[in-house]
Amino acid sequence: MQISINISAGPSISARRIKDWVFSALCFLAAVFGIGVLALILYCLLKLGLPGLSLSLFTESTPPPSVEGGGLANAIVGTLIITGIAMAIAAPVGILIATMLVEFPGKGKLAALVRFFNDVLLSAPSILVGLFTYAFMVRTLGHFSGLAGSVALAFIAIPMVVRTAEGVLALLPVQVREAAVALGIPRWKVTVLIIWRAAAGGIVTAILLATARITGETAPLLFTALSNNFFTGNPMQPMANLPVVMFNYALSPYENWQNLAWAGAILITVSILGLSVVARIFFRTR
Amino acid sequence: MDATTFKRPPTEDAIIGTSLPSSAVVESSPAVTLKRGASLPDKLFIGGSRILGAALIALLFGIMAVLVFESWPSLKEFGFGFITSSEWDPVEEHFGAFPAIVGTLVSSVIALIVAVPVSFGIAVFVNEIVPPRVGVVIARLIELMAGIPSIIYGMWGLLVFAPFMAAHVQPVVIEAFDGVPILGTLFGPPPIGIGMMTAGLILSFMVLPLITAVMRDVFSAVPTVVREAAYGLGATRWEVVRLVLVPYTKVGLIGGVILGFGRALGETMAVTFVIGNAHELYASLFMPGTSISATIANEFSEATGEMYSSALMELGLILFAITVVVLVISRLLMGGMRKKG
Repeated sequence: MQISINISAGPSISARRIKDWVFSALCFLAAVFGIGVLALILYCLLKLGLPGLSLSLFTESTPPPSVEGGGLANAIVGTLIITGIAMAIAAPVGILIATMLVEFPGKGKLAALVRFFNDVLLSAPSILVGLFTYAFMVRTLGHFSGLAGSVALAFIAIPMVVRTAEGVLALLPVQVREAAVALGIPRWKVTVLIIWRAAAGGIVTAILLATARITGETAPLLFTALSNNFFTGNPMQPMANLPVVMFNYALSPYENWQNLAWAGAILITVSILGLSVVARIFFRTR
Repeated sequence: MDATTFKRPPTEDAIIGTSLPSSAVVESSPAVTLKRGASLPDKLFIGGSRILGAALIALLFGIMAVLVFESWPSLKEFGFGFITSSEWDPVEEHFGAFPAIVGTLVSSVIALIVAVPVSFGIAVFVNEIVPPRVGVVIARLIELMAGIPSIIYGMWGLLVFAPFMAAHVQPVVIEAFDGVPILGTLFGPPPIGIGMMTAGLILSFMVLPLITAVMRDVFSAVPTVVREAAYGLGATRWEVVRLVLVPYTKVGLIGGVILGFGRALGETMAVTFVIGNAHELYASLFMPGTSISATIANEFSEATGEMYSSALMELGLILFAITVVVLVISRLLMGGMRKKG
């Protein structure tokens, strides 16, 4: 690339310095703006959510309109179950696909295509995954269910797991594989007992980050898990979950409901931050 | 993650005996070909993981196929007119997507107009101006913004940001542009808080961390010697950015902006809260509107009748088509960048 900087013919030194100073100041302001927005959101979250935090949040179920008190217990349990099942699907599938990309890409274009479409899926609108899951699960089963919500979330988590786990697996030196294969160990054993074990910390990180990403995902749950005002542990039924409850309550005119929505928002944000921090720790001690 | 560091000569595959000698060099690992001699567990494991990989590709096409199938009644009934019609009448079952499509595009463009310069500034500030130690802290904070779920942006937008806009920003702007030909209409009354402009601004806060991350990545791909050479010639920081960094990384920067656009187009919850959900088009950006994703989120669970839900599925199909095209373009641009860097 040809780059020509003609300094002698340009404007005077002081004019250039002023331009540079203005530019640097603007960059500084951009950073202040970004961090300011973040601080503002977190401040409002704490201000509006903290008063709603109490023990009854975890012990009582979502209240009917215009009834004081109540909690989010059913929604918290629902979110845990839905997310748990989603990750139970997404983690093994995502890790196997990542393994295939790194260990067994094969001769053809399969690996390159999988990598490309995985990147596209990674940014695809989550509401479309919700519509898709609605059409093939809710409609075929005939009713909304927590399981359908889990499947929708799994579709969103899989590309995340693949992306992160692929990077982690590719970090392992190729000599590890060669040494194992030279000993006559079958490839599947090399992969499971040596590669996965060596990359265990990174793989956990990949799973935790994907979990953080789907916690709080609302759009795909709207027409799959729906919601439920009662306590249920049965994933075949419509299931209360924090994001959908927050959506319904935040848009309601009832103050009690709005307070619960903000308390839920704090719970979600804290869990996401916690998951990200733990994920980082795992990756460091890899 | 660049995997090319693990490229190995093909002869080693032959030594390991797991592949045919003619196998192509694979980027990251010993090439494995399922030849007849492979043991059954190996065949199952490797074959199984490849089938899952193929299933991932099938998922994307499956989503498309299901959306086409589900929207068939609406496609047949309204044809091309669905895209151009502005009528949205669930009772009479007349559906047109024009306001939703325009709303999606307008809110995303507003988001980019705000987010791109800010992201560029942050990326330059973090990568080129402050010491790395400080830069990492700022970068982490900005990444934190990406971790906040969309619904929280939505709640904040509706209950905090929109009232603030209505009380303090919009009246001032409306007054300032009153009587100015085009701007006076774009920023016309009433100052109600929620609407196209607010949705675009909230979207800009959400895509900002993503675009910043891509731009930082792209800037880091520029070799340090190139920068040093320019500084050595006496160039100021602004000149280095304008004459060295930006020309060098143009393709990747554009890829990042388009990626942010793709994300903004499909963003649902935040927009649903603040856009106002009106199937009308207004000249003023302060008026309520709707987007494809907001319409689906609001109306799908209440959609009664085949034609209504089919029309919403067709909206989904349109969103799918737009975002996939945009995302594919951005990935191709950034893929080209990755090879170059």
